[in-house]
Amino acid sequence: MTGSAVRKLRASFASHTVLIVLSAIFVIPFLWLLGTSLKSLNEISLSNLTIIPRVFHWDNYARVFERIPYLRYTMNTLFVTVMSVIGQIISSSLVAYSLTKVEWKGRGIIFPIVVATMLLPFQVTMIPVYMIYQKLGLVGTYWPLIIPTFTGAPFYIFLLRQFFMTLPDTLIQAARIDGANEWKIFSRIVMPLCRPALAAVGIFTFLYTWSDFLGPLLYLNDNAKYTLTLGLQAFMAEHYTEWDLLMAASAMFTLPIIVMFFFAQKYFIEGITLTGIKG
Amino acid sequence: MRNTLKGLLFASPWLIGFLGLTLYPIVMSFYYGFTSFNAFQPPKFVGLDNYTELFHDDLFWKSMRNTLFITLLGTPLNLAFALLAALLLNLKVRGMAAYRTLFYMPTIVPIAASTLLWIWILNGQYGLLNTLLSKLGLYAPSWLGDPVYTKPSLLIMGVWAVGNVIVIFLAALQDVSAALYEAAEIDGASTLRKFFHITLPGISPIILFQLIMQLINGFQYFSQAYLVIGSSGGLNGAQIGGPENSLLLYAVYLYHNAFYYLKMGKASAMAWLMFICVGVVTWAVFKGAKKLVTYGGE
Repeated sequence: MTGSAVRKLRASFASHTVLIVLSAIFVIPFLWLLGTSLKSLNEISLSNLTIIPRVFHWDNYARVFERIPYLRYTMNTLFVTVMSVIGQIISSSLVAYSLTKVEWKGRGIIFPIVVATMLLPFQVTMIPVYMIYQKLGLVGTYWPLIIPTFTGAPFYIFLLRQFFMTLPDTLIQAARIDGANEWKIFSRIVMPLCRPALAAVGIFTFLYTWSDFLGPLLYLNDNAKYTLTLGLQAFMAEHYTEWDLLMAASAMFTLPIIVMFFFAQKYFIEGITLTGIKG
Repeated sequence: MRNTLKGLLFASPWLIGFLGLTLYPIVMSFYYGFTSFNAFQPPKFVGLDNYTELFHDDLFWKSMRNTLFITLLGTPLNLAFALLAALLLNLKVRGMAAYRTLFYMPTIVPIAASTLLWIWILNGQYGLLNTLLSKLGLYAPSWLGDPVYTKPSLLIMGVWAVGNVIVIFLAALQDVSAALYEAAEIDGASTLRKFFHITLPGISPIILFQLIMQLINGFQYFSQAYLVIGSSGGLNGAQIGGPENSLLLYAVYLYHNAFYYLKMGKASAMAWLMFICVGVVTWAVFKGAKKLVTYGGE
């Protein structure tokens, strides 16, 4: 072998080693989560380093359902999540359309404001917004979590705007000449062309709502209405030593997201890069 | 004219939301900051009382220091780690798709679940980390019980889930012109020189944007801290901020003032101080970075 080939081999070996070590750091916590969720409390208290349980306690998962209304929490979370996904896709795409494909003066004013609100800390509006929902009698319902998604979030408007701008204007002008009205152009031409970007918005919204903690914490006060995040938190606060059940509950909470991630990885990555780069 | 109407109609969801759920609340929050307000009776104007109370409140300063600690250490830590990871993931080696997936996976775990998982891993008695440390004969601290280690624990959790930044940096690295590297190679530039003279300038706008987002998120840090505080056997009265209030972050204290003590006025004053801090820091970073950031000619 020549010197340079040896050097190349060495470099490749070194990079694989570093990558594998880092991957392990990222992955071992997951394996530990799964391992603990299948161990008996007895085995957990031995504190050894084996991830695979001696005896698999699948019943830990069944016991979670006895201890907390897991199914109910899941349905609650799904309801809020699905509503938010619908709201966000409709509203953000409407606004993005206005900012890219309708020629009017206002869009030059609106867009910088949309970007500026991305930097606005949640806490600045938190209390007055809470007071609005209290006055409307909506605290304790899902509405405070759903209504905002129908007004478009800056992040998604921004993402869709980036995507809409890549659509050729000639396409839209041709449709206008053919006599199509604005709504028809939006719903029949632009929306079908934007499926990948809309998918990214849907996935991000799903993920965000599924995981949201502060929103439900602020607005949901009745245990029967809890989402999974709140249910998990309440479970932890009361049974903070039952690690087998806590990890089983966490695993069930995380699994749908991981499955979705594997199917939709492409849209994830595209969406993130679309917003992170072209700033 | 017709176009204006159309534009307004299509933008109306955002317009309504902006006016009702952003602009009006910003103004009201400013107003509440000068009132005594418990959410049930109408707000009563008290001038600067909330602000003077805050400046004499030890917990307020404590929460400020805790937040600065998390933000000022967490931001560079996350960015440096994400950049390193992105550089690794940009190498031309086999199996890269799998590595990328693994690096990103922690980021999609819901915060409640990932925090719970880390509380378990960092458990002083049975946790994975301490079991490992003591097997290696190293000091095994009480991560979430010892005020010295609680904030570093949060930083560890943060680095683990920094995948979004990694993905963005990776995309930025792939955007840097290959021609520049080729030219540098012909001139015989070393790897380090290429990194400092081509790579870093090439991705500097992205780094700046991520730096600002990290700083802003740092000020708002809430969920993980709140969950860790609540995990140590519930919120037992005096300790609203974990061991010796070491986890009493700004947003946590603000939340407590608003929704536990119902001091909405004081909490609104805190919110506006946060707003001002975020504004000043963002502006200062932009100004300071002007000379350091290279914008490619487009």
